[in-house]
Amino acid sequence: MKIFIFNYKKIVAVFFSACFAIYCHAQKDSSLFKRIEIDTSKQKLNMDGVYNKPFLTMGKMPVAMGGYMEANTQYSVTQGISADGFAFQFQRVSMFLESSIAKNIKFNSEIEYENGGEDIEVEYAFMDMEFNPLFNFRGGIVLNPIGSFNENHDGPRWDFIDRPISSTTIIPSTLSNAGFGFYGKYYYDNWIFAYETYLTNGFDDGIVSNADGQTSLADGNQNPDKFDKSNSGLPMFTGKIAIRQRKYGEFGISYLTDVYNEWKTDDGLIIAPKLSASVFALDYSTSLLNDRLSITTEAAKVWVQLPPNTVNTYGSQQDGAFIDIVGTVIKHKMFGWNNAKWEVGVRLEYANYNIGSFSETGGPIYDYIWAIVPAIAFRPVGSTVLRFNYVYSEQSDEAGGNFILGNTPVKTGTMEFGISTYF
Amino acid sequence: MKIKQIYKVLTVVIFSVITLEACQKLFPAAPAPDNTLAVGVIPGLTPAQLQEHALGDDEFSQIFTQQQGLGPVFNNISCNNCHVGNGKGSPATALTRFGRATGRTFDSLVSENGPDLLPNAVPGYTGDVLPPDANVQVQLIAPTIMGLGFIAALADSTILANAYPHDGVAGVPNYVNPTSFFIPQAFNIPFNGQYIGRFGRKATRVSLQDQVVFALANDLGGVTCDYNMVKPYNYLVGPYTGNYVQDPDVSAGFVNHLVMYLLTNKVPPRRDSANSDVLAGAQLFTNIGCVTCHIPTMVTSTLPGFPSLSNQTIHPFSDFLLHDMGSELDGGVPEGSAQSFQWRTAPLWGVGLSPNSQGGGLFLLHDGRATSFIQAIQFHNGEASARKAAFNALTSQQQQQIVAFLNSL
Repeated sequence: MKIFIFNYKKIVAVFFSACFAIYCHAQKDSSLFKRIEIDTSKQKLNMDGVYNKPFLTMGKMPVAMGGYMEANTQYSVTQGISADGFAFQFQRVSMFLESSIAKNIKFNSEIEYENGGEDIEVEYAFMDMEFNPLFNFRGGIVLNPIGSFNENHDGPRWDFIDRPISSTTIIPSTLSNAGFGFYGKYYYDNWIFAYETYLTNGFDDGIVSNADGQTSLADGNQNPDKFDKSNSGLPMFTGKIAIRQRKYGEFGISYLTDVYNEWKTDDGLIIAPKLSASVFALDYSTSLLNDRLSITTEAAKVWVQLPPNTVNTYGSQQDGAFIDIVGTVIKHKMFGWNNAKWEVGVRLEYANYNIGSFSETGGPIYDYIWAIVPAIAFRPVGSTVLRFNYVYSEQSDEAGGNFILGNTPVKTGTMEFGISTYF
Repeated sequence: MKIKQIYKVLTVVIFSVITLEACQKLFPAAPAPDNTLAVGVIPGLTPAQLQEHALGDDEFSQIFTQQQGLGPVFNNISCNNCHVGNGKGSPATALTRFGRATGRTFDSLVSENGPDLLPNAVPGYTGDVLPPDANVQVQLIAPTIMGLGFIAALADSTILANAYPHDGVAGVPNYVNPTSFFIPQAFNIPFNGQYIGRFGRKATRVSLQDQVVFALANDLGGVTCDYNMVKPYNYLVGPYTGNYVQDPDVSAGFVNHLVMYLLTNKVPPRRDSANSDVLAGAQLFTNIGCVTCHIPTMVTSTLPGFPSLSNQTIHPFSDFLLHDMGSELDGGVPEGSAQSFQWRTAPLWGVGLSPNSQGGGLFLLHDGRATSFIQAIQFHNGEASARKAAFNALTSQQQQQIVAFLNSL
């Protein structure tokens, strides 16, 4: 993640330090703490991801705190060469603050520190106001409800160290923007119907003017002014409908559309046609065999209107998908943890950044990556995971290069061991 | 129940051990050295030269953006996007060179953003369109960048030794005006202030530095450097540059790193050179006279600072001279003293690996129009007519032996 609130870094750091100082002092009497424990490896509605986390409360304070961290080791070899050798990576530490302001009014936030605190980003910071279970207002910095991963990106939930490729490069998770909207749920027997809809700021020209040399919503999400204004002056729409049946799981359909380019000047002079970027996503998640087997999948397709005269490495259509299958092989008291679990899983993932063919030759454009990721994970408790992954990937378009002609793809193998925990 | 759990633990442990043990096998191996274009760096370089090679390698793959000085009009965004994997490019990334031919005169229409069409543009701008008064255009696919250091180390006298009428052909050197920053080597022989060009499909560039500087501004598009501050823009759209980046966009050091990278890339080794068909094909290639222009062996001169490029016996299969290739290959666009029907003999080293960079297919000749070696030979006319006729007189099996030989290069 890039620096979005760079100028506020010190303020944020002081604020959180002050908050934690209260807790540090309070640790003289641990009975002051009350941990709201949950097993985050279990699925609830995806849209509940922002609340479905363990929090610490203290006494009758109306504020609950929490957070998570992720760190891992990595050794990667591409075509016989390990460019970076063996590396320890501290991915991120995030901190949550939740508060019940008054009856039916809540505040929730997550602030993420990456690269040892060099990059700080407000992932979300919003106020929820409930009028009716079917009609709630949310405003602030919100997570755009596209797909399922974006609202469920916390590391400890997953047995896989890396975030899904398609959920970070096709859907640019974590995707959050300033805006307002509504959400709600309706319960009927074993069914839950839910919706979310928001108008927010959106992407910028980075989608097609970036150092990756390919269409990238992620690059279009790096605008440092995105919490201040919309690049196009028009709002981005994001909407999602989800249906959950207790036995069969949750199915979601989501859509996002935005005009991303600066099509007029501040003086109102129209300088270019409006160009849109749209994402359509499907997601499904379920737990089977008495919660011993979970399946999580998400697929997305992107349409981007390109400016005229764009080099052919930029695609107007992209798609991607992943499926995670995770099974609990042992659930038993181990080393003093009553419900410790060993899990094994596999992720299959794919992303195609340039769907189509060359107008010059009629030949297909190759710009894809696919990967298979076997995983073993140990969960002493539901909110903590130690995980070992092997990632094998093949990429037709080498990073920084261009293999879109269909030349032999680049093969990479990566061994990873990582930890992630809520605190 | 307890035994069942022990089995489960054992399964996990055994799986983990096997995974760890198999680590090395799980890491993809490097491609066979004789099956890749990117074979690495020539030996004998100093640590500083190796460092510059590595920097140049990165720069060769660098994606240029508007913020880095690209455009406003451009052809592509990275060197590697056309010279894919150091090999030949494809018609999908071909460059269009245009101009206006009137009788015996030619205007490359520099005043209308010639000689190269830069059809792409940064957001908010319009790419080049062919000027209405342009009446000729030629498509050029990117040539391979292998072995350029050895070509740079060839003495003018070595190139001239094969020039002018002999054995039914009449190769001529392309004497071109040197750039202001050209520093001649001891083996560069000036003629009326001009020097022999050796790089480019019409041998219009004397040095790699010259080639890189031109390519940044034109083949890539709009990237200025210390050696060249002229930024091409589309005069048909508007006379202003499209970025806020202070020129030069890249430094002289950036150019020099790229030059070092190009100088020090290895030539891939031959494959199947002991195969009987390949050997027979090599003999036939000689017998029918292809080697008159596609000269198999040359010896480089001394290039100071590069012992492994100096005084080396090389096998480029080229004379680096211009030849009349007939009307079918007349692209209509001359360059310098090179006429529109004249082309520099293409070096054939590495040509058998071309499909590795062209998406598995084969696109030969300057515009990639030939999709097989035999088809490429059939386009050889002009000075090469007699050789083509000799090839066509061979049996089908003999022709395939020549193809096998070419695939081994």
